[in-house]
Amino acid sequence: MAEQRTLWSFHGGLHLDDHKAESNQRPVQRLPLPDRLTLPLHQHIGQNAEPVVRVGDLVKKGQVVARASDYVSASIHAPTSGRVVEIGDQAIPHPSGLSDTCIVIEPDGQEDWAELPEPISDFRAETPADLRDRIRWAGIVGLGGAAFPTAVKVNTGGGRAIETLIINAAECEPYITCDDVIMRERAHDIIDGIAIIRHIIGAHECLIGIEDNKPEAAEALRQAIADKAASETEVAVVPTLYPSGGEKQLIRLLTGREVPSHGLPADIGVLCQNVATTAAVADAVLRGLPLIDRVVTVTGKGVRQPGNFRVALGTPIDFVVAQSGGYSGEAHELLLGGPMMGFALHDDQAPVTKATNCLLAASLQEAPAPEPERPCIRCGECARVCPAELLPQQMFWHARAHDFDRVQEYHLFDCIECGCCAYVCPAQIPLVHYYRYAKTEIWTQERERRKSDLARRRHDARQERLERIERERKARLRKKKEALDKKSGSNADASKKAAIEAAMKRVAEKKAAQKAETQTSGGE
Amino acid sequence: MTRVMGLVLLALVPGALAMVWYFGWGVLVNLAIATVTAVVAEASVLRLRARPVRATLIDLSAVVTAWLLALALPPLLPWWQTVFGTAFAIIIAKQLFGGIGFNPFNPAMAGYVLLLVSFPVTMTRWLPPEVISGDAITLADSLHIIFSGSPPRGQGWDAITSATPLDQMRTELVQNRMISEIRQSPLWGDFGGLGWEWIGNWFLLGGLFLIWQRVISWRIPVSMLGALLLIAGLFWVMDPETHPFPAFHLFSGGAIVGAFFIATDPVSASTTLRGQLVYGALIGVLVFIIRTWGGYPDAVAFSVLLLNMAAPTIDYYTQPRVFGQRGDRDA
Repeated sequence: MAEQRTLWSFHGGLHLDDHKAESNQRPVQRLPLPDRLTLPLHQHIGQNAEPVVRVGDLVKKGQVVARASDYVSASIHAPTSGRVVEIGDQAIPHPSGLSDTCIVIEPDGQEDWAELPEPISDFRAETPADLRDRIRWAGIVGLGGAAFPTAVKVNTGGGRAIETLIINAAECEPYITCDDVIMRERAHDIIDGIAIIRHIIGAHECLIGIEDNKPEAAEALRQAIADKAASETEVAVVPTLYPSGGEKQLIRLLTGREVPSHGLPADIGVLCQNVATTAAVADAVLRGLPLIDRVVTVTGKGVRQPGNFRVALGTPIDFVVAQSGGYSGEAHELLLGGPMMGFALHDDQAPVTKATNCLLAASLQEAPAPEPERPCIRCGECARVCPAELLPQQMFWHARAHDFDRVQEYHLFDCIECGCCAYVCPAQIPLVHYYRYAKTEIWTQERERRKSDLARRRHDARQERLERIERERKARLRKKKEALDKKSGSNADASKKAAIEAAMKRVAEKKAAQKAETQTSGGE
Repeated sequence: MTRVMGLVLLALVPGALAMVWYFGWGVLVNLAIATVTAVVAEASVLRLRARPVRATLIDLSAVVTAWLLALALPPLLPWWQTVFGTAFAIIIAKQLFGGIGFNPFNPAMAGYVLLLVSFPVTMTRWLPPEVISGDAITLADSLHIIFSGSPPRGQGWDAITSATPLDQMRTELVQNRMISEIRQSPLWGDFGGLGWEWIGNWFLLGGLFLIWQRVISWRIPVSMLGALLLIAGLFWVMDPETHPFPAFHLFSGGAIVGAFFIATDPVSASTTLRGQLVYGALIGVLVFIIRTWGGYPDAVAFSVLLLNMAAPTIDYYTQPRVFGQRGDRDA
């Protein structure tokens, strides 16, 4: 039975039309495989994965094709069996429209599985380290869109104790419904995943934060909790308000605590995971499955049949749209992500990656052409809606003036880039673009400063070294000279002394002789 | 932007019509002269600055400035003074600083103060509300007076002009007359000047409409009028015979129009949420101080300009606590 839980609130936010009904009315459909699967080596936050296959290799389904290269990195697996046909630059789904290194696999249609690790039926008997290794092997990253490697996230290092695991089921951005349908269809897997993660991080309780526009999903989760008698897990329904799914905002809503400005949720004893990630963890641990596909929402007036689809990673986006009914003729812009934080795709042959949560084919009405930017009149609407309680008008003013020190005084890096400010601005200023610009400029400046600091230190050390060599050389020479002088100087002394003594002796003898003469001659 | 400014103009209409009702056609003539001057001035400067003229004019901010200034002016002000003041407001106080969004001072108030200080005689030559004087000046006569600068045939200025209630209040108080005596004069209505209190009501309606439409926030009007009432009330309680009833301050002169339409100009006001409360309150206090002890009968323009100067400092000291700073904030 759902208890009435105390909820807190966060400042600002927007009530948006959620447009969920367009795509959440049908169950998830599995799409067939395309002719080619393109797997970028960079589908996650952190270092690129390193390929462990070569062109021409035959790969099996679930086989590791690229290994995590560093701690903050993730492995990539073949979504199906086939042959590696290319490893090189391909179009990737990125706002820049640039391309990046990808492994391209041509499916053979056989779906032969590789040898997978053993399913762990009693995960509680495993150490957290072993379970983390399994998650790491599976290449699981945050499937809410940020794609942070999950094995790194659940490694709390034993330093900070985690009391509460929060499952982010809010899905606050309009149009996106992939989490909603996953919760309805795989609630039991999610509860399993929660238990596994709780065991790894040692959390006492788990809160599933879900917006109130998803009553079926909430009910499915409650039912699964009851079925599995997971008494420490609770569904907490929050009011539908954008961006309640922002990690910091959700933590505040459910616990009343604020993540410190330059810190992590772990600093206040909390860890967040997305629902889809949690289900993937259950797949990896309980069934030994790697991450090779994901649910993608295809929606907007620009597609004929909006819905949710289970898509193999690497599937070209135009294939996904075509399989889901194709473009409707009203499609004006294709966004990857939602209307608030998504970006426009210019090449729909780019592949679906681990971070692709939604493809929004927007009509002209849904994504109107941006109006010309007008001067800021300092009305303060942006500050009224900012969930991070910043002063967007001041940050904009200084970012525009390229005064990056002043922008940082207004806590630029606390901006979560949710887009609430730009949405309400009466002057149609694309505020988030200015903040991204300022952030990247500041990062570039810091990189340059570090490089020049390093160069200066190296230069100073080199000068030091040269001077030291010089000093030592001089010292050696000096010593040599002294040694020489001393040797020749003591010989000279000795001979001088002998000469003086000989002379004195002669003088003394002469005197004695003279004296003797005078004595004898004077004696008559 | 056009929507915002358009709503402001709409909200000014009831009060403007009330002013026409009580003070005659001169008000409309002033509005027309000011509007034309503002648009021409802004278009000329934009052309000089090589900026898009039509795209900028369409935001209607110049028209709003013109109307706010025109409604503050006496109804029979010579036309060239209206032109001078409006041109100054648009060209110097607004465009010279960079145009909309960049002006540190409220342009309408800057223009008003320029006129008040430069032309004290004509700027204090108000008409009595028609309910008192009885005979209205016709449109033709208004045009004649405004464009020629001379009083109507056969009458001197003194025959048709009269002090505003604020002005009368000052002069009589200085002459040590009691409030109860002063209020015997026919210039007085229920709690403010006759006619003036109704004009205040109509502007109040417009102001509330703007708050309802989310064009302005409640913070500045509430803090300004609240502070004004508070300090006026304080002094009235201490000495009711030398200080007028607080509602008088509210419904006299530019207090209501200032609170909802002038002090709320977002560009020159404080921009932080707490700062707006401080800003409004200080304007209210200054209005009372200058009206009671200063050299001019009305003080809204001066108070607003002084606080425009203080706004950046207020903003600096009222920054909100950012999410996640200063540790936890457990509820």
